Amino acid sequence: MGGVQLDQLPLNQFAIVRTIDWSAFPDSEGHRLRSLGLEEGVGIEALHMGILLWKDPIAVRVGRMTIALRRKVAAAIICEFAA
Amino acid sequence: MTEMMPLVALVGNPNAGKSALFNALTGARQKIANYPGVTVERKSGRIALADGRPVELVDLPGAYSLSPDSLDEAVTRDVVLGKLEGHRRPDALIIVVDAGNLDNHLRFTLELVALGLPVVVALNMVDLAERDGLELDPAKLSSKLGVPVVQTVAVRKRGLDALVETLDAQLKIPPVAASPIAERKALTARAHSIAKAVIVKETATRQWTRTLDNILLHPFAGPLILFGLLFVMFQSVFAWSEAPIGWIETGIAALSDGIAATLPTGFFRSLLIEGVLAGVGSVIVFLPQILILFLFILILEATGYMTRAAFVMDRMMASVGLSGHSFIPLLSSFACAIPGIMATRTIMDQKDRLTTILIAPLMTCSARLPVYTVIIGAFIPARAIGPGIGLQGTVLFALYMAGIVGAMVAALFLRRTVAKGSNSSFLIEMPRYQLPLIRDIALGLWQRAWVFLRRAGTIIFASTILLWVLLSFPKVPIGSEMTQSEYSVAGRIASGLAVVTEPIGFNDKIALALIPAMAAREVAVSALATAYSVDAGDEDATAMALGDRLAGQWSLATALAFLAWFVFAPQCISTIAVAKRETNGWKWPIFMVTYLFALAYIAAGITYWTARSFGL
Repeated sequence: MGGVQLDQLPLNQFAIVRTIDWSAFPDSEGHRLRSLGLEEGVGIEALHMGILLWKDPIAVRVGRMTIALRRKVAAAIICEFAA
Repeated sequence: MTEMMPLVALVGNPNAGKSALFNALTGARQKIANYPGVTVERKSGRIALADGRPVELVDLPGAYSLSPDSLDEAVTRDVVLGKLEGHRRPDALIIVVDAGNLDNHLRFTLELVALGLPVVVALNMVDLAERDGLELDPAKLSSKLGVPVVQTVAVRKRGLDALVETLDAQLKIPPVAASPIAERKALTARAHSIAKAVIVKETATRQWTRTLDNILLHPFAGPLILFGLLFVMFQSVFAWSEAPIGWIETGIAALSDGIAATLPTGFFRSLLIEGVLAGVGSVIVFLPQILILFLFILILEATGYMTRAAFVMDRMMASVGLSGHSFIPLLSSFACAIPGIMATRTIMDQKDRLTTILIAPLMTCSARLPVYTVIIGAFIPARAIGPGIGLQGTVLFALYMAGIVGAMVAALFLRRTVAKGSNSSFLIEMPRYQLPLIRDIALGLWQRAWVFLRRAGTIIFASTILLWVLLSFPKVPIGSEMTQSEYSVAGRIASGLAVVTEPIGFNDKIALALIPAMAAREVAVSALATAYSVDAGDEDATAMALGDRLAGQWSLATALAFLAWFVFAPQCISTIAVAKRETNGWKWPIFMVTYLFALAYIAAGITYWTARSFGL
C-alpha cells in the first residue's frame, strides 16, 4: 500500500503517520519533531500550504495541536489515509 | 525560629497558559531576576495559603520534556531535578496542562509525576476546551495519574482557590522516591491512552483558530496583513504619543521654572536645570512611544499571532539563510536587542542563532526612537503626503526599513562567511488564538516601563551628570572667543575625536554626544541637550526644545548622516554584554562591534556626501 508524503497530502483530509525517515534530518530536528508529538502512528491533517508562490512552510494538525514545518522535512514523513 | 518558605514551581508545556496562571495567582507583585549562572529570566512571586502562610511561587520556562531542546528547557529540567547550582529544589510542583491538548501535554506530566515530588495538576483553559466541543472527566484524569487534578481558567481566575487549597494539602505530604521514567515511546502511548479515557465527549464545533488561520496564513492575504499591521504599528508610535509627550514636556518645563524661581543662581541650580532636567527629561519624554511599541508586541504575543508572523516570514528569511524562528527575536529587538538576543535560544541551529545575534542590533530598538524623533521633528516638515500618511512617519518607517535591509544583507554575508553551516530549519507550535487579557498586558507594560525608568534614573542620570561636569569645567575666561563647551574638558576630548568624525559631517558637539551614548543610545539626546544648554547659558535658551535648537545649528546633511549613523552603530554596552554571555566569549561581540561601527561610519559618510552634493 503506497503512502503519501506529508507535503503532498491534500488539505483537510485526515491521515495517519505511517513512517518517518529520521535519517533525513539532523538529530536535533528529530528530537523537536517528537517533542511536538509528531511520530509514527499519530493522526495528522494538512491545514495550510505556505506563503506566496513558495508554498512553504506548511501547517499541519497533529492531535489537537497545529505545528508549522518546512516542506523538506514534511517530505520525509509518509502518511496513509485513515480508513 | 524561622522556617524556610516553601518553594513551589509552576511547570508545563509552552502555550499551556502557565504565565497567565502565574499572573492570576501572584498578581502584580512579581520579582524578576535571573537563574544563578544563566541569563534565563526567573519570575517569582508570593502566594498565601488559606491560613496566611506564604509560599514562594516560581514560573519555570515552558518545556516539552525533561530532555531539553534549548537552554530554557534545560533550566526547567535542572530546577525540578534539584540540579541547578545555587537554586533550591521546589517542595512541590503545579503542573499546568492545556485541557484542549491533553495528548501532547500529558507526556511531560507523566515525566514530572514520576519525579516523586508532591504535585497538583492544573487542568487549565477548560473553557476553551469546552468551546472546542470537548467534555473532560477530571476525576478520571486524577485517578489515572494518581495525583490531584484541579480545573482552572487562569484568565477568568476560576479554580484558583481550589488549586491553592489542594496545594496546601500536598505540601504536607513528604516527597517519595522517584520512579524510573518509562521509555519515550511507552510514555507517548500512555499519554494518548489516558487522554482518550479522559475525553468523555467530543462534538465537532466551529473552530475559530482554523477560520482565522485561513485568512491570516493565506498565501497572499497573510503577508499583506502582516505588513499592514507592522505599518500601522509604526505609524501609531508617532500618532498616539503626541499628546502624552506634550504633557511630559510641560511638566518638565514647569519643574524647571519652579527650580529657577526658588534656587539662587549657582552650581546647584545649573546642575539641576542644565544637567539633570535637560538630560534625563529629554529621555523620559520617549516613554509613551516605547510603551506603544511594547503594547503592540505584547498583544501580538498574547493573541498567538506572533508564531503566525514567523510562519509568514519563514520563506523570506530563508532566502538570506535564516528561518521564521529568527523573526520573533528580531521583532522583539525592535523594542530592545537584549530580550531579542536572549530569545534566540529557541533557535535550534547554532549558526542560525549566531547570525541572528549578530544582526539583532540592526533592528531599530526603542532606545533609538528618542534620537530619531528629535532629529525628524527638527528637520523633517510635519506635512501629509497622502491621506493619513505623514512625511515624518514615513521617514521613520524608512529608517526602520534601512535597519531591516541592512540586517538582511548582513545575514546573507554572515551565513556565507563566518556563520557558514547547514541549512536553516523551521519547526514551531502554533497555539490557539486567544483574546489577550488587559490585566496581563498592563502588567507586562508596567514591567517594561519600570525597566526604562530605572535606566533613566541610573545609567542615563549618571552619564548626564558626568557629562555636565566635564562640560562645565574649567570655566571659559570672560572675553574668550571660545564657547563654554569648546573650552571644557569634554570639549577638548571632542575636538580630538572630531578629526575622525568631520569627514562624515559630525561637528564636535556630536562627537561629544557619541561618547556617553556608548552607555545607551538615548543618552545621545540627553548629551546633546546638555551640551547645547551649557552654551546657551541664559534660561530662555535653555527652555528652548532641543529640536528647535538643533534645527538652527545643523545642516540637513548632518542631520541625515546622524540618523544613518544610528541605524547601524552598536552603541549599547548592555547589548554587547549580553552578546558576550550568549556566545560564551569575547570573539563574537568584538566582531559585532567592529562590523557595525564600520557600517555606521560608511553609511553616515555616504549619506552626508550624497546630501551635500544635492546642496542640502
